[in-house]
Amino acid sequence: MNKILKKRQLSENVNEYVVEAADVAKHARPGQFIILRVDSDGERVPFTIADTDKDNGSITILVQTIGMTTYKLSLLNEGDYIHDFVGPLGNPTELSEYKNIVLVGGGIGSAVIYPQAKFRHNSGLKCDVIVGARNKDLLVYEDEFRANSDNLYIVTDDGSYGEKGFVTNKLEVLIKEGKNYDCVFAVGPVMMMKAVCDLTKQYGIKTVVSMNSTMVDGTGMCGCCRLTVGGETKYACVDGPEFDGHQIDFMESVNRSKFYKEHECECYKRELEKNGKN
Amino acid sequence: MVKTERNKVITRPSEIRVKDFEEVSQGFTYELMKAEAERCINCKNAPCTAGCPVGVKIPEFIQCLKNDDLDGAVKIIKLDNNLPSICGRVCPQEKQCEDKCIRKLKLGGAVAIGSLERYVGDYALADNKVATPPTKKIDYKVAVIGSGPSGLTVAADCANAGLDVTIFEAFHEAGGVLVYGIPEFRLPKEEIVKKEINKLIELGVKIKYNTVVGKTIKIEELIEEFDAIFIGTGAGLPSFMNIPGENLNGVYSANEFLTRVNLMKAFKKDSDTPIYVGKNVAIVGAGNVAMDAARTAKRLGAENVYIVYRRSKEEMPARIEEIEHAIEEGIQLQLLTNPTRILGETSVEGMECVKMELGEPDASGRRRPVEIKNSEYILNVDEVIMSIGTRPNPLLTREFAELQTTKRGTLIINEETQETSVNNIFAGGDAVTGAATVILAMGAGKNAAKTIIARANSKNI
Repeated sequence: MNKILKKRQLSENVNEYVVEAADVAKHARPGQFIILRVDSDGERVPFTIADTDKDNGSITILVQTIGMTTYKLSLLNEGDYIHDFVGPLGNPTELSEYKNIVLVGGGIGSAVIYPQAKFRHNSGLKCDVIVGARNKDLLVYEDEFRANSDNLYIVTDDGSYGEKGFVTNKLEVLIKEGKNYDCVFAVGPVMMMKAVCDLTKQYGIKTVVSMNSTMVDGTGMCGCCRLTVGGETKYACVDGPEFDGHQIDFMESVNRSKFYKEHECECYKRELEKNGKN
Repeated sequence: MVKTERNKVITRPSEIRVKDFEEVSQGFTYELMKAEAERCINCKNAPCTAGCPVGVKIPEFIQCLKNDDLDGAVKIIKLDNNLPSICGRVCPQEKQCEDKCIRKLKLGGAVAIGSLERYVGDYALADNKVATPPTKKIDYKVAVIGSGPSGLTVAADCANAGLDVTIFEAFHEAGGVLVYGIPEFRLPKEEIVKKEINKLIELGVKIKYNTVVGKTIKIEELIEEFDAIFIGTGAGLPSFMNIPGENLNGVYSANEFLTRVNLMKAFKKDSDTPIYVGKNVAIVGAGNVAMDAARTAKRLGAENVYIVYRRSKEEMPARIEEIEHAIEEGIQLQLLTNPTRILGETSVEGMECVKMELGEPDASGRRRPVEIKNSEYILNVDEVIMSIGTRPNPLLTREFAELQTTKRGTLIINEETQETSVNNIFAGGDAVTGAATVILAMGAGKNAAKTIIARANSKNI
């Protein structure tokens, strides 16, 4: 059982949780994730570690309410407990070798690029950040990114904040302006990552993405999170979650992510009804 | 000698049991147990004991049963095997103790040693006596990584000897393959596995759940804090065939399918974990895990469930009882058949298979299956479960390279002591042998515990 030390609403359906997890915090590095179960009947769901406080022994995660488990989480408050919380899982992101990097975050994917921005900023390494969201309300961590990047570019699909457009539009402009990025680290919805990779491939820029596949154990035991990278089957949980974006079969990953869609919608609906909402 | 026939355990009728997850075999009644015990002729050289991987003194415990001394029987079995209620259910007895029984061929069939062991094990669990920790404590700390059969055995033996034991378990529940792999209908979790684990806790064993050693806590930290470490992390990494279509929706590893159902309780209505069950399901492979997956799919409502296996029935590695139960439950065997690709756009729409014939014996001594040219056909399935074996999980050895492994990724140990290439780090079970049996893992645990206890005693003189 892990205690929720702090809960903060970042936007209409995104909450930030600071969770007591001393062992996880002690070993967590940027790019790793945790798996939690909300209650004793809960499913195991992975969340990227958005921030780590080693002194406090806590882990921060961002949760967008999109289904049953995330809805159940949204009902928990400070002082409540998460039934199971295991990590840090996966490999840390190692991008120190790149000198001039741009981090691209789409929606909740910003949670994944944030520790990287913080790490680079604290290590004196250069990094630009592009964050995109559908609209202003869905934008998260603006202040945090501003404090931990050389340049922050904000785009929204509807133009309600920052520039109007997609992250790929902004990225292409920056590349054309001669930014000379030697690496792009893009995290967000699979189709966004695919779009970024399609773009950077044309310019020959190394692109790393973080795959948010569904998982069960998260330790390489089930193969639920498998994806095709460079023609080979890999497990996001133990071989990733970061992969060379130009090698990934994104369409396969999109398809796999839809496997339980129907079940998920039903469960979410049932959970909402149980709580008197519809 | 009278040729009395082997007594059969009570088995729930197949048409009823395929609708639920309750245990299939109900074991012996007292009367059946007594009658079966009487069949043992107490051979002097006890070939059955020689056939047992851990050397349980079988004629001796059966003698106790003849004398109605159940406590005595428990004591004798537990000298060599801590978990008789589990081994009685899952051991391949027909290939071990019962294979060596003198009655096997001409005297009505081998004594049902496994069922007798189960009777004794269940008796030991049913008494509800709280296990008492030993009064004599030894200042020696043991870390056990993984709570499967080998880890549970090390923990119990060390705790009984007065050592200070902590188990580190990656999942939210203890038991390893006993809870995520073997289904409820073959090994009840609340009634058997949980009870065994509770006995350990009563003995003073601490269990740290949700702790992935190598990630949540480093081996180096364990070395700092503990005098000895036992690695019992099993062989949990599933193999796939590397054929086209394996990443389509509707293709599972048996590990994933069973973990969702067993550990995550996807068979219960109130579980949040989803499971997909097709109308026509192919299980590729013919071991115990394949039988478990097939019978689970049937219970979850699949209409046609096929076991697709490239050799013949004779070579099927599963326990005979599991194969028989599977057939009774309507599982269809597609033997001498090998999948070549899985068809479908987004999810499984069929599986192309090729017919095989048996050629010359291969390295394993079994006749090698050879493809029959142009014999491809399409099996009409909408779900495929790959059950072609598992390998040790490299997670720990990747994080701690000092541990020497074989090319197959199994840990290298000194067989006498179970010690790895690193001083005071021991290993046993599937992490050492590759996918094997519960009883072998338990035997390895016994062996490791012996060394650990000896070291503890010599340190504390």
